[in-house]
Amino acid sequence: MAQINFIQAINEALAEEMERDPLTFLMGEDVVLSAFGATKGLIDKFGAKRVRNTPISEAGFVGAAVGAAMAGTRPICEVEFASFFYCAFDQVCNQAAKLRYMSGGQATMPITFRAVFGAMGGAAAQHSETVYAQFLSVPGLKLVVPSGPSDMKGLLKSAIRDNNPVIVFEHGALGRLKEEVAGGDHLVPLGKAAVKREGKNVTLVAIGAMVPKAMKVADKLEKENISVEVIDPRTLIPLDENAILASVEKTNRIVIADEGHLRGGAAADIAAIVADKGFDFLDAPVRRVTSLDVPIPFSPPLEKAAIADEARIEAAIRDVVGR
Amino acid sequence: MDISTEELLDIYHTMQKIRLFESKVRDLAMAGEIPGFVHVSIGEEASAAGVCAALRTTDRITSTHRGHGHLIAKGGRLDKMMAEIFGKRTGYCKGKGGSMHIVDYSLGILGANGIVGGGLPIATGSGLAAVIAGKDDVTASFFGDGASNEGTFHESLNLAAVWKLPVIFVCENNGFGEFTPMETVTSVKDIAVRAQAYGIPGHIVDGNDVLEVLRYTSEAVARARAGEGPTLLECKTYRWEGHVVGEQAFLGEGAYRAKSEIEAWKLKCPLIRFEKWCAENGKISSAELKKIVADTEKELADAIEFARASELPDAAEVTDDVYA
Ligand SMILES: Cc1ncc(C[n+]2csc(CCOP(=O)(O)OP(=O)(O)O)c2C)c(N)n1
Repeated sequence: MAQINFIQAINEALAEEMERDPLTFLMGEDVVLSAFGATKGLIDKFGAKRVRNTPISEAGFVGAAVGAAMAGTRPICEVEFASFFYCAFDQVCNQAAKLRYMSGGQATMPITFRAVFGAMGGAAAQHSETVYAQFLSVPGLKLVVPSGPSDMKGLLKSAIRDNNPVIVFEHGALGRLKEEVAGGDHLVPLGKAAVKREGKNVTLVAIGAMVPKAMKVADKLEKENISVEVIDPRTLIPLDENAILASVEKTNRIVIADEGHLRGGAAADIAAIVADKGFDFLDAPVRRVTSLDVPIPFSPPLEKAAIADEARIEAAIRDVVGR
Repeated sequence: MDISTEELLDIYHTMQKIRLFESKVRDLAMAGEIPGFVHVSIGEEASAAGVCAALRTTDRITSTHRGHGHLIAKGGRLDKMMAEIFGKRTGYCKGKGGSMHIVDYSLGILGANGIVGGGLPIATGSGLAAVIAGKDDVTASFFGDGASNEGTFHESLNLAAVWKLPVIFVCENNGFGEFTPMETVTSVKDIAVRAQAYGIPGHIVDGNDVLEVLRYTSEAVARARAGEGPTLLECKTYRWEGHVVGEQAFLGEGAYRAKSEIEAWKLKCPLIRFEKWCAENGKISSAELKKIVADTEKELADAIEFARASELPDAAEVTDDVYA
């Protein structure tokens, strides 16, 4: 087992899967030099045919990934910042997501999209958004939000092998996070949540960069005998409802922490599922800790005020446990 | 071209403001005093200054992630710009926008933009608004060579052409989009030829010659005001600094271009070129130019002091201005 960071985990997953299947290839803006380092060196291993810098034309190259997938290859398509998906929305939502269904199951769409999201310190509203909620109500897509290097590697490898369009969202603030990652063919299945920490008093579902924050809050509250069970769903579509409901059945309380917005967000979706299918387990209202319903502001104190943080997670937990 | 001494002095002042402002912003960002992504336009001053010298206050511009120069040229105040870049409440956008998003509607600055190609349709709509309101204001849209590969570029040129909108599309071709050389991702050598596809005039302009930029822009503005439609100008230029301040830390030196290439372009410095022209044509004395530099340095020092002394926004302001 080796300690690697989030970015290295991406790099290893890409290299292994590209090694495994000659019909995989990588394209995106500046993937050759790699601004964040995730695709660094892949050009040397796989050559210019399979590692392609695209023009700055998201609608065009995202659509080209759709066509390449329909025609039998397995594209891995990087959309630098997830906010730039807006420039390619049609190709993701009308084309990639729907064409299998609309063709009566003829098309397969084995595309992996990778994109950096989230607040990372003064990147402002057009580079800091958590955009997966925008894709949650588009049937046909799978959404993956890893919270650490080990899951990153295992989930990305599964995403690449999946025969559906999968978007892997990489939080920009997790880049340097280091962790032991299993060697060999390390796969994490899509649709299986991770219990990051067992607890008795309250279930804390945390998504993406909220997971390390949730773990810190859980550590802190442990000292006051508030026992927090932290669950990382890892994938939002498919969502491991059973893992969440089983935990709530045990703890009878739930807080959901997500960096997305409150309105129409991933936390809202999970809250609705718990209210619907877990109502009898609940001893307290379902609480969501999310970012505010504002575009993410530039100035550090404003950004801090907009984004869900440890203090707000802690307050929500205290609220539902009444301590 | 008939140009008064006063106009020449203004143009030089603008270019100096951009050069000194950008150099300072780069240094402050390197020193960690500025949050977020910072893109500077050192070496590209002539296109901003030349284009905006052909515009009046009621004309409008759209800008880019590399927008400080455009905003300064359109009259943006250094103090309020600097405060915004510092994230202060006294900044142009109350700290909500930052370096990539400065706006001053009162000066016709519809905004810098974090989305490559995001400004072109907005400029087109701004041109449309002038037509609908029966005004003869024009809109200039700055964008890079990289942006000319976005669909928004092509859709905007076509729309502006068919509706004969008063828009000047200004491509600042600095040879790179981030770290990718233009020729590896762009189907043509000259962006200007793309105008032909939309039936509008397209001109290659020496983007480091501020007077040439002014001349071409003035023609395009006259056409636009007369209701004859848009023009595409391609200003050939070069960025001396990295795509983003601090990129050497993760890319290393010389990762995507040779030092000698940068040095060669420095010899074509738009400011030195203008100074030489002034000397050769006996237009402005070097003493006058020196005074402008000194004045600009003072103005800039005041702007930094203003930004530093200003307060950060209060957390409670985070929910202001989401809706009208
Ligand atoms: C839609 C979109 N795609 C990608 C980016 C990331 N990005 C920021 S600047 C840039 C390069 C832009 O190149 P160009 O248009 O030539 O302008 P320059 O930076 O050279 O001034 C890229 C790819 C972005 N901000 N927006």
